[in-house]
Amino acid sequence: MTLLTANTTTDTWQGVCQLQDLLPERGAAAIVDGVQVALFRLADGTVRAVQQRDPFSGANVISRGIVGSRAGRPTVTSPMYKQVFDLVDGTCLDDGGRSPVAGQAADLATWPVSVRDGAVGIALTPGPVRG
Amino acid sequence: MTGTPPQPHPSHLVVVGGGMVAARLVEALRARDTAGTWRISVFAEESRRPYDRVALTSYFTARDPDELALGDPALWEDPLVEFHSRCAITAIDRGARNVTDRLGRVHAYDQLVLATGSSAAMPPIPGNDTPGVFVYRTIDDVAALRGWVEKIRRPEAWEGDWERPVRGAVIGGGLLGLEAAGALKALGAHATVLQQGTHLMNAQLDLGGGEALGRLIRAMGIAVRCNASTRAVRPSRRTGNVGHLDLGGAGRLDADVVVVATGITPRDELARAAGLPVGERGGVVVDETCRTPDEHVWAIGEVACVNGRCVGLVAPGYAMAEVVADRLLGGEATFPGADTATKLKLQGVDVASFGDAHAETPGSVELVHSDPLAGVYKKLVVSDDARTLLGGVFVGDASLYPALRPLLGTELAGDPGLLLAPAGAADAPDLELPDDATVCSCNNVTAGTIRGAVTEQGCTDLAGVKACTRAGTSCGSCLPLVKKLTTTELERAGVAVSNALCEHFDLSRAQLFDVVRVAGLTTFSEIIARFGLVPEGAADAGRGCDICRPTIASVLASLHGGHVLEGEQAALQDTNDHALANLQKDGTYSVVPRIPGGEITPEGLLVIGQVAKDFGLYTKITGGQRIDMFGARLEQLPHIWRRLVDAGFESGHAYGKSLRTVKSCVGSTWCRFGVQDSVGMAIELELRYRGLRSPHKIKLGVSGCARECAEARSKDVGVIATDKGWNVYVGGNGGFTPRHATLLAEDLDDATLLRTIDRFLMYYIRTAERLQRTAAWVEEYEGGLEAIRAVVLEDSLGIGADLDAAMDRHVAGYADEWRGVLEDPQKLRWFNSFVNSPTTADPELAHVSERGQLRPATAAEHSRAVEATRAAGGAVPAGPVLIAGTQLEVRR
Repeated sequence: MTLLTANTTTDTWQGVCQLQDLLPERGAAAIVDGVQVALFRLADGTVRAVQQRDPFSGANVISRGIVGSRAGRPTVTSPMYKQVFDLVDGTCLDDGGRSPVAGQAADLATWPVSVRDGAVGIALTPGPVRG
Repeated sequence: MTGTPPQPHPSHLVVVGGGMVAARLVEALRARDTAGTWRISVFAEESRRPYDRVALTSYFTARDPDELALGDPALWEDPLVEFHSRCAITAIDRGARNVTDRLGRVHAYDQLVLATGSSAAMPPIPGNDTPGVFVYRTIDDVAALRGWVEKIRRPEAWEGDWERPVRGAVIGGGLLGLEAAGALKALGAHATVLQQGTHLMNAQLDLGGGEALGRLIRAMGIAVRCNASTRAVRPSRRTGNVGHLDLGGAGRLDADVVVVATGITPRDELARAAGLPVGERGGVVVDETCRTPDEHVWAIGEVACVNGRCVGLVAPGYAMAEVVADRLLGGEATFPGADTATKLKLQGVDVASFGDAHAETPGSVELVHSDPLAGVYKKLVVSDDARTLLGGVFVGDASLYPALRPLLGTELAGDPGLLLAPAGAADAPDLELPDDATVCSCNNVTAGTIRGAVTEQGCTDLAGVKACTRAGTSCGSCLPLVKKLTTTELERAGVAVSNALCEHFDLSRAQLFDVVRVAGLTTFSEIIARFGLVPEGAADAGRGCDICRPTIASVLASLHGGHVLEGEQAALQDTNDHALANLQKDGTYSVVPRIPGGEITPEGLLVIGQVAKDFGLYTKITGGQRIDMFGARLEQLPHIWRRLVDAGFESGHAYGKSLRTVKSCVGSTWCRFGVQDSVGMAIELELRYRGLRSPHKIKLGVSGCARECAEARSKDVGVIATDKGWNVYVGGNGGFTPRHATLLAEDLDDATLLRTIDRFLMYYIRTAERLQRTAAWVEEYEGGLEAIRAVVLEDSLGIGADLDAAMDRHVAGYADEWRGVLEDPQKLRWFNSFVNSPTTADPELAHVSERGQLRPATAAEHSRAVEATRAAGGAVPAGPVLIAGTQLEVRR
């Protein structure tokens, strides 16, 4: 996965949905230019975007994981094999002793999210960024 | 066992006999012989691998011989161990050092161990070969006895006399005779025990104890006749089978089945033929190392005659096996002499004796507490200065036995008389066991070894101590003591036994349940704010995790009911509860409508078939008698359920930690053998407990007769019909650690059955740990099944009404979860594939046709298809695709 620095937050902002479409602490999948993204509206009102594909099963299910926290960092647990990911930077915090499927890194890609006038948008292009 | 490769030329040990003691020898030798210096051949007469003969009576209720299997099955897969079943040894040639088996094959040995045990003694009573006379020794004996009782109970055997029960007689009032009488009673037969001596179990008990035991046995519905000696077995003139027993001056006793349990005879015939010395009353004479005068031949177990006697108990046999294993490896172990302590396992009656129960030691003093009304007799035998414990007898209340038996031969700390006081349990001096006191006599484990397991080996719980020391792994009677020692030692070591759920809660699920209930909290946010752990430097306890959130969701559902996807609770649900369906490997779901009791109309079958066809779902019959439909996409679930709910189906909760199914056999409605309407009862139970959230999944089964076609005993709650009502078993499961359920109560009427299950389930829900199934809960519950039985049947905690009310609330509050989703647009919102494109299917799903249905494409199939499309210059199609096979069209 290409790793880019996060200098593309606002100019490539792309609206995805309304904030009210997202239920607190429940994820939602979105498809933006053919890329599947998992959006999470956290208890503090912020929204996070990570890749929808679960690296450990290859299925597009991350949005259906349980939201929680580990040592104060917001997390999502994959619904498939229960790996825990940091929702801020996508790091896999607990791989449960499994390896990712071929071609997948253990960590999730993340995208910057901002909410403008009640609309949720992410900076998708030119590529996913970390952190 | 050990993974050490065998030595090039290991010595050959031949073991004659395949019983418990032989198994222990093999186990001990393989555990210690890490260099692989011995290969072992075991020659057994029976067709089975070694089994737990001590628990033979449980075979009447268990009916599965495998349940009695001993030890780790891997032992018999060891390349250095060969087990020859149905292969009795017929001759020993000590000069040539070989044995001949029944097929005439000759096997050379370096060392030979005789572990042939003993056979049931058949006294020379005239007529003892009449059909209907049995002995009680092997699984086959027990099976034959059961077969006979079941055969003669059949109405046709009585020419229409339906009411006549089977009358059983047991000759012999010892340990084995009482076990046999209990077994007859379990088979529904009348049982009369005939004892030649003055009282029952006269080898172990004194007169007072034997008489107390007689009262208890009679109270169980078993008749006892002492001073009765059987002169002859007389056949029935009509059938030629057993008709009655001639008791001489004591008259006669009519009987349809006779069990002879007068004792055992050592199987020493091989040794006799080989010219080895045998004891006066039989048995192969061995020294304290268990060796015969022939330095290549040993004898262990019931066939071994040490100091002039053979002992028919397993613990000394195990000790002998350990001695021989040690000696074979060059050790110096000796057999310390037999511990003849006994504890009777006849259901409901506590009997134990140890040491000098008959006070034969010169000058010994007997301290007796007898309460005939309460059915309790307790006696301690102490030295003339009343300080050293020499023995004891307990009837009706053996609670002191586990603590006192290890103190045999030691000086008691306080006044021994106080130990026998009626309220002894509470006021008894706290007995601190010396390190050398044997706690587990089956495996010869001392208190010191158990303490060492905690202090030196680092064991932190009962399971660890069991695995490390093998204490309590055979008969299990010492487990309470092992647990107490373990806990005491852990507390001493300052080890806090942590039962914290996760990093967010320092409480166990059971504690969490209680605090939430008492504090009356209804939301996760309230609960974590009030009881959550705040990490150092953090402002609050955080937002929970995939452990505590679903646990709290389950607790809230149990306490308050309501829809599991209501408001904040929706965000707590685990993977499957989230979608009210079961997530499969490709991210699609499977759908299981409830089919109560497995009963479904043809119309219902058509609806399920049509829905599966219309949505392109793979269908499979489940183990719980329903139909699973696979391959449903998240956004399809509401459409599928709209069709199912309209046709009268409701959620099957296959996704929940909740009641799954109540499996049933067809029962008396159709079956020629059924005695109750098992389908009707299964439906009633399934409709009663549907939707009940619990610490783990719950499965029930109902069988219409003792043939048990519903496999109810592999369920958390198994109900089996009897002539009089229902027997209820609890704590069974299949899965990773299969368990058979244990009998909780017998012959209940419908209403009592429901109340019993209500209380059992609700008490489980309140007190079990997260993901703890009923089997583990029962096992780990303080006091075990007996204590749970007291709560459920006798309301020993006074919470019966509370549990009943909680279940009533559940039953009254039940509503179908899927109907609830379909009727609420807010809940339906989550079932969109994409928030910005609600009906677009995941374009990366791909299916392959196999045996006429669809399945997910493998990763390899997927990438091959993508490459092929690209190579052909085409665009990779958007949306689910069928990439192989042509029979089925894939619906979007």
